[in-house]
Amino acid sequence: MSEPAEDRPERLVDDPSHGMTLVVKTITRLLAGFILIYGLYVVLYGHLSPGGGFAGGVVLGCGLILMVLAFGRRFVVQFISERGAGMWDSAGALAFLGIAVLGYLAGRFFQNFLDAGKPFQLFSGGTIPLSNIAIGIKVSACLFVVFVALAAFKLGDRDASEPEKPESHTA
Amino acid sequence: MPEVLIILYVLMAFMVIGSLIAIETSDLLSSVIAVGAVGFALSVIDLLLGAPDLALTQVVVEVLILVFLLRVVVTRRDETHETHKDTFAVGSVLLLLGALLVCCFYAFHYMHPFGQPLMTMSRPYLEKSITGTGAVNAVMAILLDFRAYDTLGEATVIFASIIGALVILRKVGRKRRE
Amino acid sequence: MLPKEMLPYIGAILLLVVGTYAIVAKKNVIKIIVGLLVVEYAVNLFLLLLGYRDLGKAPIYPAGVNPQEYLSQSVDPLPQALVLTSIVIGLGVVAVMVSLAVRLYDKYGTFDITKIRKLRG
Repeated sequence: MSEPAEDRPERLVDDPSHGMTLVVKTITRLLAGFILIYGLYVVLYGHLSPGGGFAGGVVLGCGLILMVLAFGRRFVVQFISERGAGMWDSAGALAFLGIAVLGYLAGRFFQNFLDAGKPFQLFSGGTIPLSNIAIGIKVSACLFVVFVALAAFKLGDRDASEPEKPESHTA
Repeated sequence: MPEVLIILYVLMAFMVIGSLIAIETSDLLSSVIAVGAVGFALSVIDLLLGAPDLALTQVVVEVLILVFLLRVVVTRRDETHETHKDTFAVGSVLLLLGALLVCCFYAFHYMHPFGQPLMTMSRPYLEKSITGTGAVNAVMAILLDFRAYDTLGEATVIFASIIGALVILRKVGRKRRE
Repeated sequence: MLPKEMLPYIGAILLLVVGTYAIVAKKNVIKIIVGLLVVEYAVNLFLLLLGYRDLGKAPIYPAGVNPQEYLSQSVDPLPQALVLTSIVIGLGVVAVMVSLAVRLYDKYGTFDITKIRKLRG
């Protein structure tokens, strides 16, 4: 074994010192997959039914945040690191911009250059489903990164580079 | 009076009362939960007024805002203590806002009545969204095809605000050179 | 125009007034954030009320319906698109405000803005 025993992920799942109680962890294990699939559905079918990239992206982000809340930040960060989520965030934004620039192929910035297709099909609407997917990836990754940063912020834990200042002055 | 208007007025009264409770209560946790209730009432109003995209987005964003605010509020144990009331400031604010309400009453005479929209720009959007873009959801077609530049601006704003929040929460500071 | 027909608009402006009062007159940072949220809800509500048509339907084209009937019965989709943008930007603004509030509490130990002004830190 190269890793010490307490760093292996299997030891940390049901560890009561991380995350919430066993009831919450069990329910989250059952529900998280369904929440993520629902978020994907809202993103992909955005041009046929209510929803779209932003609502679906926020639902996906909430699914990931649910996992952070239930299992603890340290456990989830082993699988989805902050750097990785930040790269997905930037990739989604760049993909959306790329779709806009590729509109130049059809003559204009942001022109819808793909075939419109028949209505009510999943592959209709030109670049609209692609834009929805890019925005969904972007919004979910950025909400996950912000929540992990907010959860990691420990109060009263000043960095050593600041000179020590007393808490309050009496006026 | 049609039923939609009655439910709309009841929900708007609920929103006003809920926001007054959220502002005036002294416990921070109660005020955050009351704001959540106000947002939920807004989402029901969205559904009532024929905007299902907005209802879905509003309720999910509302839950996320509640989670963020609870992260700030729950670790606090103190409550707000109003040290001294600045009556001149509060009184002048209320006076000016009352003047705003009166001016709005006169300004709304020039707007179209509630329930009969103008739809000068929306009529060609609705017509072209069925055949031209192939997207059946007209709101998505407007956001991502006819007015996609605004959506690019929105993605940029979210990107910048999230980076700003991450920079504010950063623990590593600059080393001071003494 | 009778007041009965502009009463929903007055309700949205009333909510805006309540939120603005909270931003200006309250001394706790969390109450100011709550006031800003209420202002944002009020503005979104007002924009949405502009596009409502009496007994109108959602702007999603159902299958097998005459396009002329769909056009004459749907609500205005343009304010809905603008409000969708506004809701998601509001989320970004709240994220920044909450991180500022956390930093303020970390540095000064209080949410009271009068005390924060007095401390030099």
